[in-house]
Amino acid sequence: MTSTTTTVSHSSGEHGHHYLNHSKGLWSWLTTLDHKRIGVMYLYTVILFFLLGGLFALGIRLELFTPGRTIMDADTYNKFFTYHGAIMVFLVIIPSIPAALGNFVLPMMLGAKDVAFPRLNLLSYYIFMLGAVVALTSLFFNGVDTGWTFYTPYSIRTSTGTIFVVLGAFIAGFSSILTGLNFIVTIHKLRAPGLTWGRLPLFCWALYATSIIQVLATPVLAITLLLLIAERVLKVGIFDPALGGDAVLFQHFFWFYSHPAVYIMILPGMGVISEIMPVFSRKPIFGYRAIAYSSFGIALIAFIVWGHHLFVSGQSEMANFLFSLITMFVAVPTGIKVFSWVATMYRGSIRFNVPMLYALGFLELFTIGGLTGVFLATLAIDIHMTDTYFVIAHFHYVMVGGTLMAFTAGIHYWFPKMSGKMYDEKAALYSFIMILVGFNLTFFPQFIAGAQGMPRRYWSYLPEFTLMNQLSTVGSWFLFAGFSWVAIYLWKAMKSGAPAPANPWDSLTLEWQSPSPPPHENFLETPVCKEWPYEYRSQPASAGKA
Amino acid sequence: MKLAYAGTLPLQGTEIAAQWDSLYWFMVILSVFFFVLVVGGMIYFAVRYRNSVAKKTLYIKDNHLIEATWTIIPTILLMVIFGWGYVVYNRMTQAPSDAYEVRVIGKQWLWQFQYDDGRTTVNELYVPANRPVKLIMTSEDVIHSFFVPNFRIKQDVVPGMYSSVWFNTTMPGKHQVFCTEYCGTSHSLMEAQVIALDEKQWSDWVRGKSIDNVPVNGLGNVPFTAAEREGKTEQSAQAGGEGSIQLAGLALEGKKVTEAKGCVACHSADGTAKVGPSFKGAFGRKAEFVSGDSVTADENYIRESIVNPQAKVVKGFGPVMPTFQGMVSETEINAVIAYLKALK
Repeated sequence: MTSTTTTVSHSSGEHGHHYLNHSKGLWSWLTTLDHKRIGVMYLYTVILFFLLGGLFALGIRLELFTPGRTIMDADTYNKFFTYHGAIMVFLVIIPSIPAALGNFVLPMMLGAKDVAFPRLNLLSYYIFMLGAVVALTSLFFNGVDTGWTFYTPYSIRTSTGTIFVVLGAFIAGFSSILTGLNFIVTIHKLRAPGLTWGRLPLFCWALYATSIIQVLATPVLAITLLLLIAERVLKVGIFDPALGGDAVLFQHFFWFYSHPAVYIMILPGMGVISEIMPVFSRKPIFGYRAIAYSSFGIALIAFIVWGHHLFVSGQSEMANFLFSLITMFVAVPTGIKVFSWVATMYRGSIRFNVPMLYALGFLELFTIGGLTGVFLATLAIDIHMTDTYFVIAHFHYVMVGGTLMAFTAGIHYWFPKMSGKMYDEKAALYSFIMILVGFNLTFFPQFIAGAQGMPRRYWSYLPEFTLMNQLSTVGSWFLFAGFSWVAIYLWKAMKSGAPAPANPWDSLTLEWQSPSPPPHENFLETPVCKEWPYEYRSQPASAGKA
Repeated sequence: MKLAYAGTLPLQGTEIAAQWDSLYWFMVILSVFFFVLVVGGMIYFAVRYRNSVAKKTLYIKDNHLIEATWTIIPTILLMVIFGWGYVVYNRMTQAPSDAYEVRVIGKQWLWQFQYDDGRTTVNELYVPANRPVKLIMTSEDVIHSFFVPNFRIKQDVVPGMYSSVWFNTTMPGKHQVFCTEYCGTSHSLMEAQVIALDEKQWSDWVRGKSIDNVPVNGLGNVPFTAAEREGKTEQSAQAGGEGSIQLAGLALEGKKVTEAKGCVACHSADGTAKVGPSFKGAFGRKAEFVSGDSVTADENYIRESIVNPQAKVVKGFGPVMPTFQGMVSETEINAVIAYLKALK
C-alpha cells in the first residue's frame, strides 16, 4: 500500500539521510507520495493563503477606521470581505490542521510508513490547488461580492465571477472528502502493533471524528454549489423566487454542510491541544475517554443544528425551538473538553515552552468563543445579535482564537520533527504576546459594537461605533506584526536553527521515537506501542532542556 | 462628533427589550463566572504548578464524580438559558391580534412602507407609540433584514414570501433601522427610521399633517451626512459638490427629499458615479442610454426617471432603480428638479 521503494536506510539520524534530502529537486516534491512532504506542501500553501486572506482582512479593518469611506468604495469593500472569508474558510482553516499537520503527523503517530492511499493523498493536494486556482481566477472576472456564504438570490444575480469561486469551493471539497477517507482507512488499518483503540492518541481520535464529517457533509455542499451554478448558467429555478425557486432553501443546504464544517475546523484544533496539555504538564491527560467520545458527540450533534443559522430567516417557530434546544447540547461535550484540559494541569509540573503558551492562549480565547456561542444559541438573544458584529467576534474567537492558535501551537510542537531544527524561543514568546494582545484588541471591541447594534458586512457605519472600530483596526496591526514575526523566526530556524533532538519535549506518542527529521520511511524499524501514550509520571531528568 | 455609544446595549424602546436585557445580563454574569473558573483556574495552576517549583506530579487519569459534575451542572444551566430564551422569543413572535398593520417592502436599497389609508412612505415608518404594530414584509429583489436595535427585533425580508415582526414601543421618537442581510453595494446605506408618534402627533399624522422635529432615540442621533459617508468633510463636499451654491427654498427642499427617500444611497451630489449617475450636472446634460438613444435632460426626463426609471437607463449603469411612483408627490418631484438644476 505504501509507495516506498527505497532500500532500508541504516544511517538515518540527525545528520544523515532523511525525508527532506531523500530525493532532490522541485520535481521530486511535486510528484512525491510521501505523506510528510505532502503535509509540508500543504503547510506552505496554507501559510501563503493565510497571508493573502490576512491582507484582505487588513484592508477591511483599514476601511473601517472611519465611519464613512476611508480607502475604498463600497463595491471594493464587499469584495474584500468576500475574499477574506472565502480564502480563510476554504483555503486556510479547513485544510490547516487536518491536511497540513494531520498529513505529516497522523501516520507517524500510528507508527505507519505512510497513509493508506499515498497516491490519493497527492491527488487530494492537486485537487485542492485546482480548486484554489479556479476560485482565485474570479479576481480577473470582476471579483465576487456575495460574502463567503453565497446567499441566494443575491449570488444568482451578481457578477459572473461568483461561478468561479463557487466552482473552486466545489472542487476543493473533493480534496476534503478524499483526505477524510484516506485518514479513516489509515487509522483503521495501519496502526502499529500494540496500538489498540484505547491507546490511540487524542489527535488521531479528533482527526477520525473530523474525517467522518468531511466524508459525510462535504457532498451536500458539492451538490448545493452545483445547483447554484446550474441556476446561474441554465436558469433553472431552484433558489431564486423570480424563477420559481425558494430563496431560503439555499441557506438550509448551505448550513447543512457549513455548520458541520465548523467542527471540521475546530475538532482537529482540540486534538492538538489534547496532545500538548499532558506533555507540558507531565501528567496523564485527564478524562481520555471523555475527550475522545466528546469529539464524536460533537460530530454527531454537528449534523442536526444547522437551523440555528436561520433563526430570523422565516423558518417556523417549532424549527427554531428545536434547533436552539439541540444546539445547547454542543456546549456540553465542548465544556467537558475544556474542563479536562484545565484539570490536566492540576498538580502537574508545567513547562512554558512555546507550544504550551499557544495552548494556554487557545484556552483563554476558545473559552470566550464558546461562551458567546451559547448567547447565539439562545433564541431571543440571537434575534438581536445575529448578523451583527457580535457574531463576527464570536466566530473569530472560535476560528482564529481556537483553530489558528491550536494550529500555531501544533506548528511549534512538531516543527522540530518536521524541520529537524529548533527555533528561537525568545522571539516566539514576544510574538505570542503580540498575537494574544492583538487578537483581543481586534475582536473584543466587536462584541460590544455588535451588542450595540452594528450590523456585519457594513462598508460604512454610524459614527457612534467609531471608537470600537478604531480599537479593532489597531489590533489588526498587532496581529499582522505578530504572525509576520512568527513566519520570520521559523524561516530563520529552518535556515540556521540548532539541530533538534529526536524528542525535544519528552513526548510519549510514537512520532517522537523517530529521528528529527524522520527518514523517508518514517521509522528505522517498525515501532511497537507498549503503553498508553499519556503515561506521564513526574519530571524526566532531561526535562525542559532539549 | 460623538464617537462612542453611551451604553453597551441600545436603549430599551419596548418592554420586550427590557426582558431581553435581563436575560442578556444574566448570561453575561454566568459567562464571566465560567470564564474566571476556566481561565482563572488555568492561570492559577500554571503559576502554582510551574515546573521550577513542582517536580513531582500527581498520577491521575480521571475522576467520575468530577466529570459527572461538569457534565450535569452546565447541562442544567443550559436548559435554564434555553427555556428563558424561548419564553422571551415567544413574546417577540406572538403579535397581538389588534396590532396596527403596516406593509413593508425592501428593495435595493431602500425601505418602503404602505399604510391602510393608501399612503406610502420611504425610509420613514410612522407608527403610534404604546400600541402594538405588526409589519408584514416582503422583498422585491434579494433578501434583506429589518433590524431595530432599540426594540431587539430582527426579521429577514425574503422575496417570494411574507414574513412578519411586531413591536410595541413605549418610547416616542425616532428609532434607527438597519438592513442586516447583505444585499449588495449600498447595503450599509439601507437605513430607515421607525418614527413613533405620541397621541397628538399620531392624530395629526392620521389627518395627513406632516410631522416635524421628532427627536432621535439613541443610535442615529449623531449627524452623519451623505458627504461624510463618502469620506469627505462638509467643506470639501461643498467645494466639490454644491460648490459655493447656497441652496435655499425649493432646491434645499429637494435636497431634503433626496435624503429622506434614500436617493443618496445611489446618487452622489458631487459628480461621483455610484450605483446611479450623479445628481451634479444631471439636469441639462445630454443623457445617453443603453438603448443607444439620447435626450437632453429636462424636467420631463427627470420626472420619468423617478416614476418609471426603467424607461431610459443611462449608459454604463444597470437597470436597478425601483420606481418611486406613488411614493413621491408632485411637489416633491418639483423640489428635486429644482435641486438638480441648482447642482448644475
